[in-house]
Amino acid sequence: MGSEQLIQSSSLTVDDFGSWTAAFDSMLNSWMPSWCATLLECVLVGVGLLLVYALLALFYILYERKVCAYFQCRLGPNRVGPWGLFQAFADMFKMLIKEIIELKHIDKFLFALAPYLVIIASMLCFAVLPWGNGLQIINFNIGIFFLLACSSIGVLGILLAGWSSNNKFTLVGALRSGSQMVSYELSVGLSILTMCCFAGTLDVAEIVNAQRDHWFIVSAHVPAIIAFLIYLVAGTAETNRGPFDLPEAESELTAGYHTEYSGIHFGFFYLAEYLNLFIVSGVAALMFFGGWLPFNIEGWDGFNHIMGYIPSVLWFLIKAFIISFVIIWFKWTFPRLRIDQLLKLEWKYLLPINLFNLVLMTVIILTGFHF
Amino acid sequence: MISLGIFGIEPVVFAIVALFTGIALVGLALWIAKLISPRSYNVQKGEAYECGIPTRGSSMTRFHVGYYLFAILFLMFDVETVFLFPWAVKMKELGMGAIACVAVFFAILVLGLVYAWRKGALEWK
Repeated sequence: MGSEQLIQSSSLTVDDFGSWTAAFDSMLNSWMPSWCATLLECVLVGVGLLLVYALLALFYILYERKVCAYFQCRLGPNRVGPWGLFQAFADMFKMLIKEIIELKHIDKFLFALAPYLVIIASMLCFAVLPWGNGLQIINFNIGIFFLLACSSIGVLGILLAGWSSNNKFTLVGALRSGSQMVSYELSVGLSILTMCCFAGTLDVAEIVNAQRDHWFIVSAHVPAIIAFLIYLVAGTAETNRGPFDLPEAESELTAGYHTEYSGIHFGFFYLAEYLNLFIVSGVAALMFFGGWLPFNIEGWDGFNHIMGYIPSVLWFLIKAFIISFVIIWFKWTFPRLRIDQLLKLEWKYLLPINLFNLVLMTVIILTGFHF
Repeated sequence: MISLGIFGIEPVVFAIVALFTGIALVGLALWIAKLISPRSYNVQKGEAYECGIPTRGSSMTRFHVGYYLFAILFLMFDVETVFLFPWAVKMKELGMGAIACVAVFFAILVLGLVYAWRKGALEWK
């Protein structure tokens, strides 16, 4: 019994990034003046964020290509490195050495501004996600609201890209993309609002901690499952993926809003798109599946104990990857929607269901009919 | 109480750091690309990427009014969702009185949707 408790407490300290960073902070402060330490920490966080962002986007490119390939009985990328592991790096390098074509007919300033907006939006959302116990960069007490707010900036970037390119394909692509993202943002916001009702907080860390005993998908049962399904559909549409990829329907619009972008300029939209896939999956994991908390079954102490050994970062990533897998699966299961079907789905089905779901959640909280 | 992020620094600072990281990512990658990518000039290269025939007229032109309609609907509903957030957080403490108030607000919201639906604003024409 004593040894067991010892193991448990040691595993907790190993996993508690808050104490690690605090120790690092005090170490730096003992070596240098505090403004210097703060500056160094900010630079470290920035560099770390940049590296993780880029690596994760590259991983996602490979992940999607591999999964798509297996859905179609292909092997996917398998030449560059073992199992094609370095394919995404090679692709990025290829994009870097491609010429950035100077166009005559564009609005130069807005054209250059658009990729910045798209990347900044996804970077800010990315920094809000809790990666582990105490490992969360932007820790606002309105975290999830901040995330929703930042994700809307991305739409602006896409609209600017389409408009400034001065091309009919990009204009139609951007408008479709804009109306789609804006419509489905409503559903994303409402399903998250429903879960925030249950959690009673907007703080990301507190939302995770509230799920220590049961994940929200279990403890809030029916409304949580409805909210999750709506979130999954709306999240897929938000990222312009799967059956909702009509903004970049190749057969009609070439590449949609980023048709005129070349080389690495196009790569930014590509990166942000994959990162948005991760963010959508990460938020789903956070709101419904306990974020970085391990998978526990009540009463199975041995099992729970083993699960506790898997680091929290890994748990968060596993959950996000599984949800991303489902979203990629959508792409190969459903045919592409038309714009009228798309808007009908959102405004006539998802939105009323979502409003009803909010009422249902309120009733369940009031009657205490939850775990 | 202001919640502190990692290193005990206020999260606003990190939000600004994340903002600059985003700018740095784009800026750095563009700079590297400018350094190592080839460049050549060709009159045709600067043309719009279309079917190969020269573009007729400007493309910054008028577009389908339906997009505006959905944008306005979105604006309405999104702002109203934002109003619901504070209530959602404090719902358990505020009790029945607040729920009654929100129910009225919610009813107006639903009425708005029903009105837009009946008027045919949700049809794509």
